[in-house]
Amino acid sequence: MDDFVVRALIGGIGVALVAGPLGCFVVWRRMAYFGETLAHSALLGIALGILLEASVTAAIIVVCLAVSLILVALQRQRRLPTDTLLGILAHASLALGLVAAAFLERVRIDLMSYLFGDILAITWGDIVWVYAGGAMTIGLLVLLWRQLLMVTIHEDLARVEGVPVSAVRLVLMLLFAVVIAVAMKIVGILLMVSLLVIPAAAARRFSTTPTAMAILASVIGCGSVIMGVMGSLTWDVPAGATIVVAATLAFIATVLWPAGAGGRHAAEAS
Amino acid sequence: MRPETEGILVAVEGLVVRYGATVALDAIDLTVSEREIVTLIGPNGSGKTSLIRAVLGLVRPNAGTVRLRPSLRIGYVPQSLHIDQTMPLTVRRFLMLAGAGGDGIDRALAEVGAGAVIDRPLQRISGGEFKRTLLARALLREPDLLVLDEPTAGVDVLGQGEFYRLLMRLRDRRRCGVLLVSHDLNLVMAATDQVLCLNRHVCCRGRPEQVTADPAFRSLFGLDAALSLARYEHHHDHVHTDDGVVALSHSTRHG
Repeated sequence: MDDFVVRALIGGIGVALVAGPLGCFVVWRRMAYFGETLAHSALLGIALGILLEASVTAAIIVVCLAVSLILVALQRQRRLPTDTLLGILAHASLALGLVAAAFLERVRIDLMSYLFGDILAITWGDIVWVYAGGAMTIGLLVLLWRQLLMVTIHEDLARVEGVPVSAVRLVLMLLFAVVIAVAMKIVGILLMVSLLVIPAAAARRFSTTPTAMAILASVIGCGSVIMGVMGSLTWDVPAGATIVVAATLAFIATVLWPAGAGGRHAAEAS
Repeated sequence: MRPETEGILVAVEGLVVRYGATVALDAIDLTVSEREIVTLIGPNGSGKTSLIRAVLGLVRPNAGTVRLRPSLRIGYVPQSLHIDQTMPLTVRRFLMLAGAGGDGIDRALAEVGAGAVIDRPLQRISGGEFKRTLLARALLREPDLLVLDEPTAGVDVLGQGEFYRLLMRLRDRRRCGVLLVSHDLNLVMAATDQVLCLNRHVCCRGRPEQVTADPAFRSLFGLDAALSLARYEHHHDHVHTDDGVVALSHSTRHG
């Protein structure tokens, strides 16, 4: 197997492992549009990172966190609904990113690779970022799992029971920023949310506990990465998009799976 | 309030809560003691939920104080709790999130008479079973004070009576105080020690029989419907002669 295929598989699987549990929170908390907004703002991070000659990954994380905090501040105003605010933030940051990218004189950034990902061009340096960020993400998820679930279920109840709700929500935003930054290379800005949402949605029907759903979403994500990279090599099609198509096929299979045959959850429904 | 503090779990004095320009609560005094069941009643927007949220520390008072006995453990039963269909969560797992072990969960569910639902998904149990599950969860925290926001909303009348009898048994067995919000005038009156009738300020207070005889209470709820099982209608546009805010609108936020 070629070296670049090995790197693509290792990097892709690293991202899929953390995207599984985080994608569950996107589904449970109905945050798909929030994820979309952060992904859009990543372009601004890329441009700033190159302009300031800093790490692009770190710049994406900083911009995603800044956008999250601006959203929290705007939500306190209670004048505009959240989806309107997200619509403003997503496209304002994307437009700012495009303008900032145009100011880059010495470097021409390959816009297409950021929009659609370029997993076959992933470097060992990128993979270090994926696994360092991934280890931190998994560590925080395990440590705060109960608190994260409580905040998702009922914030007031969590607060009365002593969960530091604001801090937990901040950690969740940080984790999204990290995952979006490291997943940028794999699927790119436009397909980012699909990597979070589709494996989690596919895992729902066969899970009876939140933990099982998170793990199963990771497994489905890893399978999609493997099928996507292989499919991309076989048919000479874009790898990021093929990964998303593979995940979608997995999701469709779980929808079509006959009731009663599909795990304990489906059995209870009948 | 009385100088004695023995056995007092919660002492609220001169509480004022405003949301922007809207006064939700004005000059509220309230105490809850050990083994006492205190019920808050009042029309929609009268500040019942705001008062509970202030006691729980979820709303910061604009004036006045809310004092809790040091290291008071509170078990909270929220008015509603929506769990998204996408989250696979059984009753058992939900109760485990309170940080309790298996034995405690079985015991708490048995105590509230909901042992049968332990392995069912939370989204597929009835409204009454859900309320009992929430109560069991609150009990897992070994509370000194139970705070319940409309615990019988969505429960049929027979179930409501049973629920209040359960609350009284729990109070006797666990020696905890109970602070609850209710709409079910008749049922509540039988199961409560102190009633606080709210309409942003305290309309009237006392033992149930005192409150039901109070002219302020009767005018607020447009009684004499309190003695029948019929649903009551309350009047929002009544006029108050005592001090405090005269409520002409009812736009208070409900948590």
